[in-house]
Amino acid sequence: MSDPKHQPAQKLVFVAIAILLVIYPLVLPRFYSALAIEILIMSLFALSFNLMFGYAGMLSFGQAMFFGIGAYTAGLFLKYISSSLALAMFACVTASFLAAVLIGFVCVRFTRTYFIMLTVAFSELIYAIGHKWASLTGGDDGLVGIPIPRYAIAHLPTIDLENIQTYYYFTLIVVALGALVLRIIVNSRFGHVLRAIRDNRERAEFLGLNVRRHLLLSFAIAGLFAGLAGALLIPFEGMVSLETLHFSRSADPIIMSILGGTRFFLGPVVGSALFILIKDTIQNFAEFWMLWMGAIFVGTVLFLPGGVVGFVGSLGLFRSRHATTEEKEG
Amino acid sequence: MPILETKNLSKSFGALQAVSNVSLQMEEGSLTSVIGPNGAGKTTLFNLISGRYVPNSGAVLLKGENIAGLPPHVLVRKGMGRSFQITNIFPELTVLTNVCVALTASSGRSYDCLHALKSSREILGEASAIVESVGLSEYTEYRGSALSHGDRKLLEFAMVLAMKPIIMLLDEPTAGMNQEETNNTVRLIREISRERNITVLLTEHDIDLVFSISDRIAVLNQGRLIAEGTPAEIRANDLVKKAYLGEDE
Repeated sequence: MSDPKHQPAQKLVFVAIAILLVIYPLVLPRFYSALAIEILIMSLFALSFNLMFGYAGMLSFGQAMFFGIGAYTAGLFLKYISSSLALAMFACVTASFLAAVLIGFVCVRFTRTYFIMLTVAFSELIYAIGHKWASLTGGDDGLVGIPIPRYAIAHLPTIDLENIQTYYYFTLIVVALGALVLRIIVNSRFGHVLRAIRDNRERAEFLGLNVRRHLLLSFAIAGLFAGLAGALLIPFEGMVSLETLHFSRSADPIIMSILGGTRFFLGPVVGSALFILIKDTIQNFAEFWMLWMGAIFVGTVLFLPGGVVGFVGSLGLFRSRHATTEEKEG
Repeated sequence: MPILETKNLSKSFGALQAVSNVSLQMEEGSLTSVIGPNGAGKTTLFNLISGRYVPNSGAVLLKGENIAGLPPHVLVRKGMGRSFQITNIFPELTVLTNVCVALTASSGRSYDCLHALKSSREILGEASAIVESVGLSEYTEYRGSALSHGDRKLLEFAMVLAMKPIIMLLDEPTAGMNQEETNNTVRLIREISRERNITVLLTEHDIDLVFSISDRIAVLNQGRLIAEGTPAEIRANDLVKKAYLGEDE
């Protein structure tokens, strides 16, 4: 419930961003399309993470395992089973969802530090499988020789993902649809129940809610979308690298979400854009970009508890009617 | 048949016998107050009935069915609603959303991922009515954490109502309130529970108030039930006078 007089401004900004996203690859060189694709993929990855963290209050240090499982499943499917992009995507979301149900089933039984440690442990386990089962995954070398899919579904116009513009638009559509579905979920009854569990787990239990089962569902949905984001990487790199599964990759969505603002739906998207743009800029003139990123991250945690989106919001452009309205309700 | 009954209920923590051999009966629609000095075992008794603790021995019968030791979410579905001594709400959600979540939970549609909570007129309407009935309409859009202590207690009461309980366990619903707030709140509880035929078990420090609104009073001392009866019976009970009321009179 924003102030009505600010709503046109808000709409204008969204329309402007939408137009920008559509014409972007037509007016800028290839390099920038690649950058935008990376931002889009990481946005979906970070949004999936934030469904658990920002809305359900579960801090996972292992979200990369689902990102990687999605990427490997799609890669293996394309390499060995069929070159149908649609089927590969379906296989990928199914696999990452099922993996998240199994792993989440164990993890949601625990809270706080124990939960975090379990996500790390499972993440290491999945990484070890990816590393040691070289005959399937390619081990250290990653999964190579994946054919770049050239069509989606029969009778539809050919989608040639080797063309970077096509790949960009394809990614844009998939990420936008994914974000839309996540948006519907966080606004749903289930989404509000997650916020309630995050706020006060015991009260939620005494309302008759099966807390673990709700957390498991959010864990599984988050895993599904992380997997989908992972699969989108394939045309980008033409392979799946073992690094996709690595525990350190799980830090990316955490930093992105906090940078952008975990209590805002689009916070992780803004965070991922900032993260990648800052990384790209620093890499041009300094060697240890992670050092600078670390400093920025620390600064955000200390001085911008609401992230960049929270900070911009507090400047007044999208100010809610009063400080306690829905808009600011996490 | 009583709607809620405890039979020889006992719970100890190490050497401490917090509740021992408590047998209580509550008739449908009645209001029973549990009184007793601090440490008498009132909260433990509530925790045993509401499923937070598993008793060492004894039974809790809800409509004749033994529910002792069942997890809270199962008990809630059987109609057991409770509030806490230390206020227990969702601090970052608005007053209205707090109640909406409670309604969602009791409707069994908490896994619904597709329908926006805020677009359900049915839930919003019902939640607004409950918020209004406890007198918080003014603060509908305020976050729980922005409310005063007394208002948070009322919000918690609203959430318990939203669970559509047949039994409400209210652990010190007026703790920390001033005299006027206490009077209003207890009368509100009495009024709403009569209207909706909800059986109430509550603890309350204000003894005069307890005697004026309760149908039955149970007196606990050191984990034991030393007396149970109508306010008049309790007032006349020598044991109670000695152990508890005597201090004041």
